[in-house]
This record gives sequence, C-alpha cells and structure tokens, in this order.
Amino acid sequence: MKERADRPEADAAAGGGSAPPAVELHRINKRFGAVQANRDIDLAVDRGSITGIIGENGAGKSTLVSILYGFYTADSGEVRIDGEPIRMSGAADAIVHGIGMVHQHFMLVPTMSVLENVMLGREGGALLAEGEQATRERMAEISHTYGLEVDPDALVGELPVGLQQRVEILKTLLRGARILILDEPTGVLTPQEADRLFEILEILKRDGVTILLITHKLREIMAATDAVYVMRRGEMVAHRRTSETSQEELARLMVGRDVLFTVGGEPGAPGAPILAVEGLSHADERGAPCLTDVGLELRAGEILGIAGVSGNGQSELLDVLSGIEPPQTGRIAFAGRTFTAATSPDPSTLRDLGLAHIPEDRQQRGLVLPFTASESSILGYQGGAEAGAGIFLALAAIRERCEGLMERFDVRPPDPDLHCGGFSGGNQQKMVVARELAAAPKALLVGQPTRGVDIGAIEFIHSQLLAIRDTGCAILLVSVELDEIMSLSDRILVMNAGRIVGEVDRSEADANRIGLMMAGIERPAATTA
Amino acid sequence: MSAAPPLPRWADIGLLPIINLAIALVVSGLVVLAVGENPIRAIDVMIQGAFFYEGSLGYTLYYTTNFIFTGLAVSVAFHALLFNIGGEGQAYIGGLGAGLVCLALDAVLPGLVLIPLAIAAAAAFGAGWAFVPAWLQAYRGSHVVITTIMFNFIAAGVMVSLLAGPLIKRGQSSPTSRGFEESAQLPDMQELLGFIGIEIGRSPLNLSFVLAIAACVSVWLLIWRTRFGYAVRTLGHSPQAAAYAGIRIPRTIILAMAISGGLAGLMAVNEVLGVQHRLLLNFTAGYGFTGIAVSLMGRNHPIGIVLASLLFGVLYQGGSELDLEFQTITRDMLLVIQGLIILFSGALAYMLNPPLARLIASIAHRPREATT
Repeated sequence: MKERADRPEADAAAGGGSAPPAVELHRINKRFGAVQANRDIDLAVDRGSITGIIGENGAGKSTLVSILYGFYTADSGEVRIDGEPIRMSGAADAIVHGIGMVHQHFMLVPTMSVLENVMLGREGGALLAEGEQATRERMAEISHTYGLEVDPDALVGELPVGLQQRVEILKTLLRGARILILDEPTGVLTPQEADRLFEILEILKRDGVTILLITHKLREIMAATDAVYVMRRGEMVAHRRTSETSQEELARLMVGRDVLFTVGGEPGAPGAPILAVEGLSHADERGAPCLTDVGLELRAGEILGIAGVSGNGQSELLDVLSGIEPPQTGRIAFAGRTFTAATSPDPSTLRDLGLAHIPEDRQQRGLVLPFTASESSILGYQGGAEAGAGIFLALAAIRERCEGLMERFDVRPPDPDLHCGGFSGGNQQKMVVARELAAAPKALLVGQPTRGVDIGAIEFIHSQLLAIRDTGCAILLVSVELDEIMSLSDRILVMNAGRIVGEVDRSEADANRIGLMMAGIERPAATTA
Repeated sequence: MSAAPPLPRWADIGLLPIINLAIALVVSGLVVLAVGENPIRAIDVMIQGAFFYEGSLGYTLYYTTNFIFTGLAVSVAFHALLFNIGGEGQAYIGGLGAGLVCLALDAVLPGLVLIPLAIAAAAAFGAGWAFVPAWLQAYRGSHVVITTIMFNFIAAGVMVSLLAGPLIKRGQSSPTSRGFEESAQLPDMQELLGFIGIEIGRSPLNLSFVLAIAACVSVWLLIWRTRFGYAVRTLGHSPQAAAYAGIRIPRTIILAMAISGGLAGLMAVNEVLGVQHRLLLNFTAGYGFTGIAVSLMGRNHPIGIVLASLLFGVLYQGGSELDLEFQTITRDMLLVIQGLIILFSGALAYMLNPPLARLIASIAHRPREATT
C-alpha cells in the first residue's frame, strides 16, 4: 500500500493489496464510564512499515494501543493480525501474536543484568544455566542483525537510558515480536540518541518488522514514519502518507485549528538578581552525586532555561531550590535570605518569601488526584490566608476562588467539585499553573510545564509564563523539550551529569550545539560559536 | 489487568457494604445449617437478642461504644496512610492512665473534676503509647505496623506486671486493682435517662456512648474541615505532594498517630470508668483489633464507623443470645460468624468492586428502552 499512489483516507483503511495489513483495527469502540475513549477506530498498518499515531493528550492513543496490546478489551470492533481476527485477554496473548511493546517508562529491573532482564519470563526451567546460555546466543544473534549491541552482563541500572531502551527492544524481539509498538520512545533521549533509535527502527523495518510509533513530536513523525494516523477526541480523524503532509497540516488536524508553533514573544528585560545559587552539590540517598558545584543567578523578568536530558540533575536542582530537599553543600540566596545546609529552607518558608513552584510531576506532586479541584487549589497554600482563618478551612471561599482560577485559566470542565484525576493532562497542568501564578510570586520554578499536555494547552501555558515574566517574575524553566527551552528562554544553561556544562544566550541558541552539550560531548570552551 | 470504571460514591459507601454483609450472612447461614440449626430462627434470635429483650439495646450500644472508639482510632491513622494495629495496646494503656488517676485521686476530688481528668489521662496515655511507634516511623523509618503490634505485647506485659505487683488490691490473689470510689464512676445511661423520665432496662451502657458520638463529630471536623486534616489527607494520598506542599511530614505522622492512640485510649473510659470501676486484665478483649475491621467496613468515615460499630455491637450482643438459645451454636461458632463478617466486609471489601462497577456503568449507559 505504501508504494501505491491512492490517497488513503481514514475510511479506506482495509486497502485492497495482495497481502493483508500486518495490523488492522476495525471499528474499535471503547468507553470508560461516560468517556468514549475510542469511537469507531479503523487502522491498517502495512507489514514492514513505520506508522505513526499522533494526537493530543486524551485523544485516545493510549487506549487504542492498550487494546492492541491486550491490556484492555474493546467494547466492540475487531483486531486483526495478518488478516486473522484475534481475541486477546492480556499482554501474554499479544506476545503470542507477535506484538511487542516498548513502554514510555521502561519495564526493566535495574538491579539485574541485561541478560537476566531479557530472559525474564522465559527462563525455561527451574535451573537458570540452560536458559541463560540459549538466551545469550539468541541475543548475540539479534544484536548483530539489527545493530542492537549491548553488553549482556552489564547491570541495567548502570546503562544510559538510550541503551536501556535498546534492552527493551531486544526483549520484545527475543520474544518473537514482529510488530513493535513504541510509546513516546524519545521522551528520555538526547537528540543524538533519538537519531540512533530511528536508525535501528529503519533496520528493523527493512527486515520486515512492523513498527507503530506513538508520539506527540511532529518532527519525529516527519523524519521517521511512512504513514501517519491522527487522532482527536477518541476518533481517527485523518490518515496521511508522511511524504504528502506537513507538520503544519498534522498540527491542525490534531487540534482542529491552526497552531502557533513558537509563542516566542519579545525577549525579557532582566532586572535585579532574585535568586542566586553558589557551589551547590547534592548526593542522593545512596550517596551518588546528582548535583556538582552548581551555580546560577536568576534575575527578575527573565526566563532562564535549563536544558538537559532527563535524569541529569535537573529534578534534584528543582527539589533543592524549592526546599523539598535540604541543600547539602553550597548556598542559596533568595529574597534577602541565605540558605545553607545549616539553615535549610522548607517549601512553606520559601512560598511565604515569594517562591512558587510548578513541579515536574503534576500527578504525584502538583495535585492530589483523589482531591477535588477545589481542594487541590490550596495545595502548598494550606497554611495561608487563601485556605481560611484559624485552624479551620474556609471551604466555600476556597471553592469560589478555585472557580475564579478555573475560569481565568480556561480549565475545562470548570467544575471545582470534580476530582483532579478526572481532568485531562492539559487541564490538570493548567490548574497547577493557575494556583502557582495566583500567588503572584517573585520567582517561579517550572519543571516540564508541558509534558503530556496537548498543543492547545501548551500554547496557553507558554503565553502565561511569558506574561508573568513580563510583570517582573524571575522564572527558572527546566524542560527536556529543547524546542520549549529555546522558544521561551532568555538564557539557557545546559546540564549534564549534575553539572552546568554551558551557558548559551537566546540569540545564539542552536539545537545541534546544545544537543552536544546535553550529551556531555561538547564543552563550551571547545566551541567556536 | 483491565481497569474497571470507578464506583459511584453512593455505591461505594452504601451498596457495596450491604452486598458484602449479605454474602457474609448467607455464608454464616450455611454454617448454621451445617450444624443442624435453622438459620432464619438464628437470625431472629439474634435480632431479638440485640434489640428487643429487656436491656439488650443498652448492651448492644455499650459494645458499639467500644467499636466506635477503636474504629475511629484506626481511621484517623489511616487517613495519613498509617496502619495503626496498636489500638489494643493503646486502649489498654489508656485504661492504665484513667485507672491511675482514679486510684490516686478518687478519695480527694469530686466526680466533676476527677472524671474529666481521668478521661484526659486515658487519651493522653493512649496517645503516648502511640507516640513511640509514630516517632520511630517518622524519624527512623521503622514500620508502624510492626512496632504497634509489638507495643500491644509490651502493653500486655506492663499491665500484667503492674496488676500483679504494685496495683493489686491488698490481700487478694486475682490481679485486679481495688474498686474506684463512687466519684470515679461514670454515670449509667439508665440513671441519666431516668432523670429526664425515660425508663430503660439495666445495661452497662453509660455516658461514654455520648463521648463516642462527640468523638465522631470531632474526627469528622478534624479530618475534613481543618488545615491539619487537609495535611493528613494530603500525606495519606500522596507523600510526594505533601513534601511539595511544605507539609511537615514527620510532625503530621506523629500527630495523626497520637490522635489515633488517644481515641483508642478513650475506649478504656467505657470499660474502666463506665463498667468495671477498677483496673483489671484484658478488659480490651480484642476491641482494638476489631476496630481495624470496623474502620475498613466504615470506609474510614465517622458515619460509616458508627454503622459498622452498631453491626458489630449487634453481633456481640445478639451472638451471646444465640449462645444461650442454641446448644449447638457455641461461642466458637460465633467467632466463626464474626470472622466471616470481618472477612467479607473488611478484608475482602473490594472483592466485588470491579464487577459491581462494571454492572453499574453498563446499566447507566444503556439506552433507556433496553433496560426493560
């Protein structure tokens, strides 16, 4: 089908070629309570192709993939593999049918070796030696064929994420997967690692492996796929050959309207320093250093971006600056106060001094999912005047204030009594942003503000951040999305292995160079910019 | 693996417990049938024995009082995601607190001063007994489940050695203290209601029941209406969110556990000040442990806890009638039946959650004409 010239539309899924599609979904419906997560989904993926599925958060991609992988059973509709209708009641069935999945968050045991991880579930008997030998041989063979070299005896926890992902792919191939589903595979990778992943996918494809790529990064769709399906609100709204579409068209199909790609805006007008960090070092519970001699200065009215691959100390930096983790060595100066290990701040003190924090993980930290929107709207401010007077909470006032915030920040549905878990990712994030901006902070720590957030909400959150910057708030922005860092920041610091390895000004920001710094390959001293 | 839709609230707190209870009763009925008795008659005797015989309602409510205190104790800790298994020991030591105050001061203080003091001591001793495991959990990471269980044994040891030693009534061999003076005795319900002209049968029901209901209201206010309750619930749902919000986690753990222990300690008010009027061994009689089932069954909410406590009160009181009425239904049989109810309503409480949720969801979304 790939080679033919007919323009495939969503309804022309089945096609009329000689070989049946490797994966075919026919009129799939799935409902959760009142939410129709998938409505009459048709999908056909050719053998040996790379097909992308894109859509905003909550568009139903995950549900669809879960049906294909046997986690959920569709309410109606049919899944066909190589033209044969199949029934699955769990991931084990999917493996039998040759479907393998690489999850966004790896399903690996970090304290086991690569070999042990790969043979999990297929040990082949009570004694391990035999299965180990067989797996080792199979693994060598597959690694060689597909360029997936990994040391079988390395501890998984000590491998870089790019290699861990490779182990995941190996695992599925060893189980005989001929259909590979990758869910947001590049979220944790450097641009270079991502390129390497796409090379591997290309080799797999040549060998006849069928690949389904779930992502929200339009650029990857354009670079890696043969065909792309677009989902919106539980429906499959378009099917395009990648060569015949553009990022702009796909974005419009996803959102249902035109999208501004770069919010950009005028550069900020940095004023006086608000937050200064000197010689900050930090080790985790096991004593492994995660921050080494970090120094930075954040000025009023600027956005300072921290670029870096996930897991290079950015999260720990936010934890220490927000007071969640006490600083171990070094000094933090904020709002006329100096904090050290001896005078460690706590989040409440810092909030009182005017430091707000949009945390990286809105579901675990930014909100309490079983709480109502109204209850979560005072999280962090539960001791303050917003929450009430005396020891009691002023529930009616909290609810009213929450209603106002929801309206101002366009949270949908604007229902303060709805449980936080019932909102989509984008709306959850808007609630967190609303709460933190409502405190009118002097400085704002922002972690991954748009992770898993739909494009419409991204635009909105970006413009809110720029707006509060223009009122003089100092913003420290941590994101693994380099595009986000580059379009919002006035200055960019690059982190690698817990150190700040370089500073780049807005005017000379260049993705390739920052990418190399993120990977720890290029030091600013060696650049000739 | 497939996730069921969430259960509507009314079904979670209303329908599900009733279904669980019904299953437990049916299985219990089978047990009764197996020993050759008529289950319908057994239920009839039980209901009569719990509500309608002379003074039986008073007994039922007296048991209920104990369960309310221990159930509330478990629930408060549970809102902070702490499993306080130590209600038994905390109640025991709470009794020691009340007893010590009474033994020391019942000759000198009037009841109006002495009794509040003894109640406060019961709560304070219970809280203190919970404080040590709580501190260890908060600052040393020793799991509160393990430590509170151990503290139950320590409490039992302490009480035995005190009642066999310094507190024993002079010149007797059974390990109990001397009886308290009149001033240290909590008024009975029949006396109190007698004042306002209501006649009820004699039973051990006393003023503690009113205290228990007041405790329910206080716990509800504390958990859902105060800043502290907000902190407790945040911690219980997400420790990470609590850390982010600047909630002082160790302090919250300790306070929640202390309040929990204090509530468990108040159970001793019913037994020691209300009924026994002296200190004796094993007056807690497993109420502390049953409080776990009560709290689970009552979904950690005061109203649910009152209902679950009432159910267990009926089981205790009605059960003892069964024991009298039927030769074949012995105390051990009653333990089996209580065990079944605890099993289905507590331990297996969520067993039917997914199928019920699916059923409700499918009924709710079926087109109207299809429901006929």
